[in-house]
Amino acid sequence: MKRRDLFLAVAVLLVIWTAAAWIVDKAILPTPLTVARVFITELGGGLPRHFLASLWRVLASTALAIALAVPAGLVLGQSKRMDSLFSPFIYLLYPIPKVVLVPVVLLFLGIGDRAKIFIIFLILFFQILVLVRDQAASLRSELIQSVRSLGAGRRALFRFVYLPASLPAILTALRQSVGTAVAVLYVAELFATQAGLGYYIFLNGSTLFNYPAMYAGVVAMSLLGLGLYFGVDWLEKRLVRWQSAP
Amino acid sequence: MIQIDALTYSYTNGPPIFEDFNWRVGRQESWAILGPSGCGKTTLLYLLAGLRFPSGGRILIDGQDLTRPRPKTGLILQDYGLLPWASVRQNAALGLRVRNFYGPDGTHSPRDFKQAGNVNPWLDRLGLLSQADKYPGQISGGQRQRTAIARTLVLQPDLLLMDEPFSSLDAPTREGLQVLTRELAAEHEITLILVTHAIEEAAFMGEKILLLGNPPNRAATVISNPDAGQPDYRDSVEYQQLCRELRSRLGEQ
Repeated sequence: MKRRDLFLAVAVLLVIWTAAAWIVDKAILPTPLTVARVFITELGGGLPRHFLASLWRVLASTALAIALAVPAGLVLGQSKRMDSLFSPFIYLLYPIPKVVLVPVVLLFLGIGDRAKIFIIFLILFFQILVLVRDQAASLRSELIQSVRSLGAGRRALFRFVYLPASLPAILTALRQSVGTAVAVLYVAELFATQAGLGYYIFLNGSTLFNYPAMYAGVVAMSLLGLGLYFGVDWLEKRLVRWQSAP
Repeated sequence: MIQIDALTYSYTNGPPIFEDFNWRVGRQESWAILGPSGCGKTTLLYLLAGLRFPSGGRILIDGQDLTRPRPKTGLILQDYGLLPWASVRQNAALGLRVRNFYGPDGTHSPRDFKQAGNVNPWLDRLGLLSQADKYPGQISGGQRQRTAIARTLVLQPDLLLMDEPFSSLDAPTREGLQVLTRELAAEHEITLILVTHAIEEAAFMGEKILLLGNPPNRAATVISNPDAGQPDYRDSVEYQQLCRELRSRLGEQ
C-alpha cells in the first residue's frame, strides 16, 4: 500500500466525521478538531498513564503467549502422538469467544493487571498455537533429515529450522488477533481497575460526561491498535522477506 | 571406506528389506545404486548417513561403527532440502553455521574444525555468485541443486551420498550436473554413492553399479563400469551395451 493513499484515506475519514458532527450537531459527537484539541491537552494530563497501562497489558500478554504457545505448537507439529492427544481439546477450546470468560477470570485472578493480561494471553495463545503447529507440521521430513546430515542436533534444528520456520506463523497470528486483543482489553478494563484506556473512555463517557475527552480516549485506543498492527507489519517486512520476494 | 557386514534391516512390522547383506566400498570410488522403487535403495543411503540404524549386522565407515550422522559424510536429497527463508548464500553456509554453533565437539562437527564462514569460492565454483542473494523460490531447479551441492561440499566431506539428486531436472541440466558432480568428487577425493532409478544415470555415474532387486536383498550384485564419467562415454558402444544389460536385468526382477 502506498503511503499517499493511506493519508488520503485518513483525510476522507476526517471529512466524513466532520460532516457527521455538523449534521448531528450534539455534544455526543464533537468535531475532529475539538477532539484533537482535547487530545493534546489530555496528553499533559492523565491520558499517557492510561495509554501506557493498556500498552503494558497487551505487550506482556503477547510476550507470554509467544513464550508458551511457540514451543507447544512446535512440539504438537512435530509429534503426531502429542497432537492426537491434544487436538480434541484445542478443537473444543479454540472457538470459544474468550471475551465471555472476562467475568470468570476476574473472579479468579481478582483486580489488577493479572486478570487482564491473562484474558488477552488466552486469545493470542490459541491463535499462535494453532498456526505454529500447522507450520511445524508442514516442515517436510526431507528438510529436517538433510539439515541433520549437516551435523545439526536438536538445539541446532531448533535454532536454524524450527524457530525461523515458525516466525511467519507467529506474525500471522499476531496480525489476525491484535484487533481482537485490543477489543477484549477494552472490555476487561471496564471492570475493577482505575488505569487503562478502557477505564478512561468509560469514565469520561458515562460518569463525567466529558465527551471530547471520551473521544480522545477512543482515538488513543485506536492508535494503540493501529500501532500494534503497523508494528507487526514492520516486523513481517523485516523478518520474513523471503515470502514477499518476487 | 565402507564395510557392511551381515546387515539386516526391516521397517516396523514389515518384511526385511536387507537380510544378511554384505557390501564393500573402496575409498574414492564412484558408485551408483540402481533398482526399482521399493527395493530399499533410499533406505540403504539413510543407513549409510546414520539417519537409520540396522536391526542386525553392522556398518563401518572409515573403520568406525556408525551410531549417528558422521561429520565428514555429506547427504544430498532429491528435493534439495534448502531452507526456503534463507538466501542461496545463507543456505550454502548453513553447515558451517551449524558447526560454528556447536564448536569442534567431535560429534556434530569434526574435532579439527575451525570457525569459518566464507562460502564465496564455492558459490563461484558452482556458478552461483550472481544468485547468492536470491531465495530458493526464485531460482531454477538446477541452481537449487547446485546450492545443495555447495552447502555439502563447503564442509569438505570425504563421502558424498546422493538420493535421486537430479531426477526432477530437465535433461541438459541433469547431464551438466552429472559431469560437474564427477569432476568435484575427483577434485576433492570424495567417495561418491548415488542412488537412482534411472538406468542412464547409473551407467554414466557409477564406476561400479550396485543392483538391488525386490526385497529382501541378500547378496550384492555389482556391475563394473570402469569408463563411467568420461565426457564422451555417453556416445560409446560400451555405454549403450551397459544400458541394455541393466535394462534387461531390471526387467528380470
